[in-house]
Amino acid sequence: MIGPDIDRLIQLLAKLPGLGPRSARRAALHLIKKRDILMLPLADALATAARTIVVCPICGNLDSREPCTLCSDPRRDDSILCVVEDVADLWALERSGAFRGRYHVLGGTLSALDGVGPDDLRITSLVQRATGTAVREVVLALNATVDGQTTAHYVTERLADCAITVSRLAHGVPLGGELDYLDDGTLATALRARRPM
Amino acid sequence: MDWRDDAIVLALRRQGESSAVVTVLSRDHGRHAGWLRGARDGRPRGGLEPGTLVQARWRGRLAEQLGVFVLEAQLSHAAALLDDPLRLAALSAACAVCERALPEHQPHPGAFAGLSVLLAQLPGPVWAAAYVQWEVAMLRELGYGLDLSACAITGGHDDLAYVSPRSGRAVSAAAAAPWRDRLLALPRFLVGRGDADAAAILDGLALTGHFLARHLGETAGVADLPAARSRFAQTYRKMMAKSGSVPPHE
Repeated sequence: MIGPDIDRLIQLLAKLPGLGPRSARRAALHLIKKRDILMLPLADALATAARTIVVCPICGNLDSREPCTLCSDPRRDDSILCVVEDVADLWALERSGAFRGRYHVLGGTLSALDGVGPDDLRITSLVQRATGTAVREVVLALNATVDGQTTAHYVTERLADCAITVSRLAHGVPLGGELDYLDDGTLATALRARRPM
Repeated sequence: MDWRDDAIVLALRRQGESSAVVTVLSRDHGRHAGWLRGARDGRPRGGLEPGTLVQARWRGRLAEQLGVFVLEAQLSHAAALLDDPLRLAALSAACAVCERALPEHQPHPGAFAGLSVLLAQLPGPVWAAAYVQWEVAMLRELGYGLDLSACAITGGHDDLAYVSPRSGRAVSAAAAAPWRDRLLALPRFLVGRGDADAAAILDGLALTGHFLARHLGETAGVADLPAARSRFAQTYRKMMAKSGSVPPHE
């Protein structure tokens, strides 16, 4: 029999992305066995995170500082603003190390199915930021999906009156991708977006 | 229950980490939803975007169950339209209209054929007129066929310029005079007599939008057009006004 405290721990762990009841049981057992070196530090980290992490009022990133580390870093380029759908996308771009400008998290994409309209996204604050004198380019790093690109077109339209360049990420063959395994749509898009060598 | 059919993806809603509930319009099985495992497992998912023609296999213990899909992409229509805001909006609108207006599990081979033709025409030059004509055909499929053959009042075939918002029948310009402000404008290209310019397309969208909303009000209880359809009409008007094709205030 599993005691009520352990059962509650398993039930909570099972709600995490990627964990089901079986893997939650394994995780709970592992945490209990490594109580001092893993469970207590994890509990402490969770409590600290729950207490301190806030949404950055400027870009929408998650951080324990307000404004966030990225917004308050003076070495970053103020003239280029990268628009992403979610914080996870911001983290992905940061992992790549390829972008040194500022970010803006929209908080989703326009979705008729899920009832997400323009008012549910952080578009007005994006327009306000883009209107500022420092910004010269906005990069739309949104998903290459119907919803993602519909949102990109909408944002482009909203930024039309700002004196800035609006660009988007390229669509096409991924690094290490073999043409034979690509879907027709990606191949066609890559062909249309070809450039001279 | 186990069937295979040609289908067009209408919508995809993420479920959990890597799965999704996909709604398709199939040729012989109508609008159908099913669970799709591994929809986000890292493989290119271009085949799952709305508007993609797929070979679908659906399995379930009972026909009423959600069931499980295996989908193999045949032709991605969205990929060619991602850079075009209006055509992309039209694709989203068409899929959303099918998703909302068609009953589940009822075969509508006409709707499947119509949507296939529309998707094939979206990259072409007369895509906007094709969209309006598709919605007229869709209304016919749903039992709301517009009667644009003759004037409801005089029986004449000439100068048809309006449609009654109640009966869906055409009315000639002369006969409509006393009620003009209460009738819907009939774009002449729908009766094969005029150009499908921007103003005519907007009249067409208003006409079909009225009857689609009415159909949705009677069947789904909410007389609102799908958000994607409303956004398409707004975007079309805005972009045409910007290009000077229609007055901005209309």
